[in-house]
Amino acid sequence: MNRPSTFLYSVLCFGFAVLYIPVFVLMAYSFNDSRLPTVWGGFSTRWYSALLENEQILQAALLSLEIALVSATFATILGTMAGLALSRVGRFRGRSVLTGMIAAPLVMPDVITGLSLLLLFVSLQELLGWPGNRGANTITLAHITFSMAYVAVIVQARLANMDQSLEEAAMDLGGRPFAVTRDITLPLIAPAMASGWLLAFTLSLDDLVIASFTSGAGASTLPMVIFSKVKLGVTPEINALTTLVIAAVTIGVLISGWFMLRQLRAQPAPP
Amino acid sequence: MTTPGNTLNTLNTTDTPNPEFINTPWRDPQQRPFIEIEGLSKRFGDFIAVDAVNLKIYRRELFTILGGSGCGKTTLLRMLAGFEKPSAGRIRIDGVDVTDLPPYLRPVNMMFQSYAVFPHMTVYQNIAYGLKKEKLPRAEIKERVGRMLELVQLTALSKRKPNQLSGGQRQRVALARALIKQPKVLLLDEPLAALDKKLREQTQFELMNIQDKLGITFVVVTHDQEEAMTLASRIAVMDAGDFVQIGTPSEVYEFPRNHFVASFFGSINLFDATVTSVDAGELCVLLDDSDTEICTRYEGELAVGSACKIGVRPEKLLISTERPAEQGNTITRGVVEDLAYKGNRSIYRVRAQNGRIIMVSAQNKQRSAHLPLEWDDEVYLSWPSDCSVVLTA
Ligand SMILES: Nc1ncnc2c1ncn2[C@@H]1O[C@H](COP(=O)(O)OP(=O)(O)OP(=O)(O)O)[C@@H](O)[C@H]1O
Ligand SMILES: [Mg+2]
Repeated sequence: MNRPSTFLYSVLCFGFAVLYIPVFVLMAYSFNDSRLPTVWGGFSTRWYSALLENEQILQAALLSLEIALVSATFATILGTMAGLALSRVGRFRGRSVLTGMIAAPLVMPDVITGLSLLLLFVSLQELLGWPGNRGANTITLAHITFSMAYVAVIVQARLANMDQSLEEAAMDLGGRPFAVTRDITLPLIAPAMASGWLLAFTLSLDDLVIASFTSGAGASTLPMVIFSKVKLGVTPEINALTTLVIAAVTIGVLISGWFMLRQLRAQPAPP
Repeated sequence: MTTPGNTLNTLNTTDTPNPEFINTPWRDPQQRPFIEIEGLSKRFGDFIAVDAVNLKIYRRELFTILGGSGCGKTTLLRMLAGFEKPSAGRIRIDGVDVTDLPPYLRPVNMMFQSYAVFPHMTVYQNIAYGLKKEKLPRAEIKERVGRMLELVQLTALSKRKPNQLSGGQRQRVALARALIKQPKVLLLDEPLAALDKKLREQTQFELMNIQDKLGITFVVVTHDQEEAMTLASRIAVMDAGDFVQIGTPSEVYEFPRNHFVASFFGSINLFDATVTSVDAGELCVLLDDSDTEICTRYEGELAVGSACKIGVRPEKLLISTERPAEQGNTITRGVVEDLAYKGNRSIYRVRAQNGRIIMVSAQNKQRSAHLPLEWDDEVYLSWPSDCSVVLTA
């Protein structure tokens, strides 16, 4: 390759600048001593301490974390099972339809997912008296439902790339189907499950629309609190909070990337 | 264990090897086959991959299945291992009907074409996997894996992961892993295809040694005829889902049943001929475009007057400038059109009187700087008549 032309190089820089300057400005202003978002008043971490004393935000953050942990875990279990079934149980009626349907929630607008889940919860409540008050429980269920699809797609892609004779070899050596799944399949798709879990976790932390639809009176997740606060104007406290969230997401992405890398390295070179 | 099919077999057959047939158990009518395949078929939709094959393989044989790409070798092997459910037919191993058994209950292990070495386990763990599934005590596993590592010369690498091994080492891991359970039958799907020529030849002998040492029946699939000849006690030549001929390497080479088998193993010269007389296993034909009559052994059915082909291997032909003795020989004349010196032998392309090209392979027994023959030399070609093979199709 030739050296990249100056033109292409500046286009690239411009693109990255557009993407990241707002984020860096926001992060910088979270350390601003002044209350006015447009005036630099010196370095300070006072907004971070203020954040720690804000009960409402702390509660919301804890709730969001809890929902994200639970929903990511269940979504990973269910999504892995769906992925395994779709790519390993041979041919069965309606398999291709199901394969398409598992990916549909990925492209469904959040508003529609949220609204349909809300309607489902309302009618379930009327018919069965369950799930009771809408709140953390309904948000968790909703998050499991849509992030499961992401996990299933990731796991399925990994399984499609995996040499099926590995499982056959294990079975040939005396492994019963359950043992083969435990000894061979799961260890080999573990990196995909881990990145699926991280994705589900981030999706849940990030979600505002579906949570707003399916939540009840009491429960507010972090995005919901931030959104309602921003309506009243941006405070340096929100800047501090967002900086923390960005830090958390960055760490998540790095870990996920590391898993992916390890998975690539673990594969033997094709003969 | 007995099955209904089994009782019938044991009535007049035996399991103990007859010393007279120790190296050729398939010639012993009393010997009970170790693997018996009856009418085995596999259909994929409309496509017939394996077409009602019958096969008997005997204990301690190194049996190879040879055939072109897509002829159904892998499918047949996968049915023996239990990964593919036959559309019809039965498989018996050591008297037990295994047709409906899942792979993990069959006394059979397989070495895969892709090796299928578990990437997340070390060499040691890979080889120990089969024994762990048998729930053997730790000490015994350790001892047996240790011995197996020595057998395949991998002791020094036992802690490595597969991605830190060379292709040949990975192939030995796959072999050791399949051998460790001491299966009754080891199935090998193109075990040496991924190795370079030199390593392949060396490994062929290693494979034969290991088979001899452990006394396990091997069924090897290959599409390399030279490999099949080197390894096999018997070769089954397969084409389009069916066996064309089953026999020892020299049988399939010297007595090919038809044109397909003959041309699969090396080259062969073909002459058109017409049958003149048939008499108790001896068949006489007249070569077209000449007045030479050939009489040779033939067990098939051919009517007098029907057309057939006579095949002669290039190395059976004698090339000379003087007319050779008539007795028992078939003689024809030609002109040297091309010659190639190959060191140990020379290849001549001779144009016969009818315009047909005949290949001759001659040993260079004399030490000499020039060849005894030159381009455009008039030569006699002769071969012992009983070296002629009658070929149909
Ligand atoms: N699952 C399947 N579905 C449909 N057709 C199949 C399937 N598996 C194999 N076949 C077909 O059956 C035929 C035999 O396949 P097989 O793998 O046994 O060939 P092979 O003799 O092992 O060839 P090669 O030497 O190339 O490995 C092929 O024509 C193949 O296309
Ligand atoms: Mg094959």
